[in-house]
Amino acid sequence: MSMAHEITAGFMPLFDSAVLVVAGEMGFAAREGIELKLQRETSWANIRDRIAIGHFDVAHMLGPMPLACSLGLTPLASETIVPFSLGLGGNCITVSNAVWDGMAAQGAAPDLDPGRAGAALGALIRERAGAGREPLRFAVVHPHSGHNYELRYWLAACGIDPDRDIEIVIVPPPFMADALAAGRIDGYCVGEPWNSAAVAAGTGRIVTVKALLWRNSPEKVIGARKVWAEENPEALAALLRALHHAARWCQDAANRGELAAMMAKPAFLGQPEAIQMPALTGRLQLGGGVERRVEDFFLPFDKAANFPWKSHALWFYTQMVRWGQLPHTPQNLAIARDCYRPDLYRSALKPLGVALPGANAKVEGALKVATPVGSAGASLVLGPDGFFDGQIFDPDRIDAYIAGQKRA
Amino acid sequence: MSTGSLTILVIDENRIRASIIEAGLRDAGHRHVTVIHDVAGIARRIAEIEPDVIVIDLENPNRDMLENMFQLSRAVKRPIAMFVDRSDQASIEAAVDAGVSAYVVDGLKKERIKPILDMAISRFNAFSRMARELEEARSELENRKVIDRAKGILMKSRGLSEEAAYTLLRKTAMNQNRKIAEIAQSLVTAAGLLGPLEGE
Repeated sequence: MSMAHEITAGFMPLFDSAVLVVAGEMGFAAREGIELKLQRETSWANIRDRIAIGHFDVAHMLGPMPLACSLGLTPLASETIVPFSLGLGGNCITVSNAVWDGMAAQGAAPDLDPGRAGAALGALIRERAGAGREPLRFAVVHPHSGHNYELRYWLAACGIDPDRDIEIVIVPPPFMADALAAGRIDGYCVGEPWNSAAVAAGTGRIVTVKALLWRNSPEKVIGARKVWAEENPEALAALLRALHHAARWCQDAANRGELAAMMAKPAFLGQPEAIQMPALTGRLQLGGGVERRVEDFFLPFDKAANFPWKSHALWFYTQMVRWGQLPHTPQNLAIARDCYRPDLYRSALKPLGVALPGANAKVEGALKVATPVGSAGASLVLGPDGFFDGQIFDPDRIDAYIAGQKRA
Repeated sequence: MSTGSLTILVIDENRIRASIIEAGLRDAGHRHVTVIHDVAGIARRIAEIEPDVIVIDLENPNRDMLENMFQLSRAVKRPIAMFVDRSDQASIEAAVDAGVSAYVVDGLKKERIKPILDMAISRFNAFSRMARELEEARSELENRKVIDRAKGILMKSRGLSEEAAYTLLRKTAMNQNRKIAEIAQSLVTAAGLLGPLEGE
């Protein structure tokens, strides 16, 4: 039987491609009449190029990447929209044992507290600078990534200038732990399992996590070529429903074993099941025998994790401006705002009768506790969504937010 | 300026493919061609070489790192932008299909670069073809081996001549609309499961 729609989707071998992989492997796509062709890629640049020339209709992307594409920040970029988010959280910041020892001597404790860890790192950096030593080098996966922005946000909030006080380089995720072990980098921000990999190897310590820097914050998304989405609205809507069911399946604790076994296959993540468990359970080994459980460490479905909030896109935009990647202009702001498409998400899921957020954007950092929202009968819980430094991002007051951002 | 005066850097972990491209560029009169297989310490190398054109294979997982380095121009003396020009969709597609990307120093004329990209595309394609043919030759050899083993099993267990054993395999394959090698493989697997029929 031939399917009503054929969709080609690119993905990177990272744990947070799980929802897309499950949509294909567990038959959720087929049930919506989609023949989903998954193609593994080796770099985000390849994903971008193949979306641009039409090899891929949709792809697993870094949250800020469709913005960068639509804003023309990268070569060969094309208009890309975000109709679906692949989850919240999932990243950690890991440092070498030597840096950890230095931080511990400055008062850091193995408790993942971002403020305490950042203060200790700042003291260590000042001590090293005083002794005339080279600046520390941290790695992120891409300049237009949540990793880059959350690492910089954390550093700057702790009084560290990410451009002057340290060096930030780009390293592909699977190479992070090796680069740390070899001393080529001193720390990094990356998604799982590449933090737990360094801890398991005994070469790194997890010092804090994305879920504590900005609770329930955006990470990977589905990026769709805008032209394709406009020409194939039914295929896109069917895909979003398949992804919704796949995400629900991924969130269910009863499916963890099966999910980890699926992702362990060489065609997908290709990493052993045991090393995927921290992402699934939120139970992290920090190194040195310390274990911590992190609430909402990675959510593939709960807390409206798949809703493409415009406030998430706009926050990424403010960070692009903050770090000099583009100027803040009304035109750029409009492009960023139009990139994330909650309208497409809502219209695709409406027939399912599930609870949907009524707003397109929210004030990030306003929810201090988990809060039930949404229409009567249907249950939907959001948040908490606070930043660790207590800042509030109100997308309606974006000029003031941008003006108030400091580099350190 | 002659074409030979452009400095070209080829970054490819695949040594055979890299040397094929290098040879092609030299044949075309380019004298300043450097090939790098390993990206360790590449920022310094690029600063030393000061390439006008950089050719990278798309399988290279370090492409994001390299692109960022080109854009940042801190390690590289001159800013480098992607060569392929948006208007030339056919060229872009041909490059991605072939598995190659190219970057160039800003301001270089398109006419000077186009032959280099075309050359890289055709050499990448030639390499893929060669790799495919090698793979086919290898699997052909393996097929022949498994067919020989299957024939041996049939000759021994059914007392057939070699020719009759082959005819039986071929007929079975035709009847089931499968390849002879597949039938042979099934037979060898089954024989392995059923006991010490072969190799005693």
